[in-house]
Amino acid sequence: MIEFTIWDILRNLLLATRWTVVLSLVSFAGGGVVGLVLLFLRISKRKWARGFAKYYIELFQGTPLLMQLFIAFFGLGLFGIDVPAWLAAGLALILWSAAFLGEIWRGCVEAIAKGQWEASASLGMGRLQQMRYVILPQAMRIAVPPTVGFSVQVIKGTALTSIIGFVELSKAGTVVTNATFQPFTVYGLVALIYFALCWPLSKSSQILERKLNVAHRNH
Amino acid sequence: MNYQFEFGWLFQYYPQIVKGIAITIELIAVGAVAGILLGIVCAWVRALGPAWLKPVVAGYVELIRNTPFLIQLFFIFFGLPSLGLQLNELQAANLAMVVNLGAYSSEIIRAGIQATPRGQFEAGASLAMSPFETFRHVVLVPSLERIWPALSSQVVIVMLGSAVVSQIAAEDLTFAANFIQSRTFRAFEAYIVSTAVYLVLAILLRQVLTMVGWVIFPRRAAR
Repeated sequence: MIEFTIWDILRNLLLATRWTVVLSLVSFAGGGVVGLVLLFLRISKRKWARGFAKYYIELFQGTPLLMQLFIAFFGLGLFGIDVPAWLAAGLALILWSAAFLGEIWRGCVEAIAKGQWEASASLGMGRLQQMRYVILPQAMRIAVPPTVGFSVQVIKGTALTSIIGFVELSKAGTVVTNATFQPFTVYGLVALIYFALCWPLSKSSQILERKLNVAHRNH
Repeated sequence: MNYQFEFGWLFQYYPQIVKGIAITIELIAVGAVAGILLGIVCAWVRALGPAWLKPVVAGYVELIRNTPFLIQLFFIFFGLPSLGLQLNELQAANLAMVVNLGAYSSEIIRAGIQATPRGQFEAGASLAMSPFETFRHVVLVPSLERIWPALSSQVVIVMLGSAVVSQIAAEDLTFAANFIQSRTFRAFEAYIVSTAVYLVLAILLRQVLTMVGWVIFPRRAAR
């Protein structure tokens, strides 16, 4: 039997970490774009747009991410569409994170005082101008800490894509365990790598939140 | 696009689905009760407990909050036996949920405790309450009342996260869906139905938690 050193295990895990990072970045960026669309629908004056965004968010926040992955992966395949694991993973994670980001950002937009809307309306601004010049610049400041905080959820969410066969850090953990029979060491290391990815983001989210509060108090 | 949806045949698998739902409910019931209790203990340590214990609990909370639930589950189920702790699928799934919710809920509860005005502690002491009595009667209950909605959301999130326990062959709702899918190859129906069941469970769970809130915090309901 071949002996595996800790370094052999760690090297393989770190190689797979690349895909966790890539998938997280794609999901976060894509989720941000779709989330922005959802935000605009959610605060739109049209009833159907608000309703659509509301039910979209309810649906994606009220069902397990794993089920969304399964439907994207197995479900679409039945329509004769050949869905590779990375595509299903990316698609499901983008749609899922959009629901959360859209809702987080709505909270931030609604935190802006109503008077700001009225003041900008009285200057003759249209709805888009109000958003662009008055509301979003202020809302963005509040939105930064929770958005950074949510990126941790996205990274952790990518672990589920291992179940539909996308080879990232978690999948590599399973593969390496099967080769080495050292689940304690391997999953311990996998957890530490995830921790190393997520903790700096959690920490900076906390620090940003504190900074923002200090800024508020000085006003 | 010539896929025909047929849901009728799903009925023949209803025992599996019902069993899956029962196990998912059992997991969240145990997870919520034990997880919140663990969260209360951890929150107490981090806010008011002995100094030497604080970093230990902080380490636990940070570690759990920054690693995926799936990995925690794998570590408990596959990793711990090498330390001599052999658990079956359901015990491992339960333990993982308690450990996970314990960490998240402790942060939420701690926020509630820290929002308690200093004077409340002093008022408790002036009524000759011991520090424990003050914590139990004056600090904890109003804190929980304050953060109950956030705590409820977290319980729902953990319930949805429990879908991954099927990966260690705990026979929850997702396991039933996978079972049906592997027997019939009708993935779309199996997953759409189980997803809908999860949605219903999430909505019901939120209602139940709101009602539990009314029962344990009658002041809030009266307001």
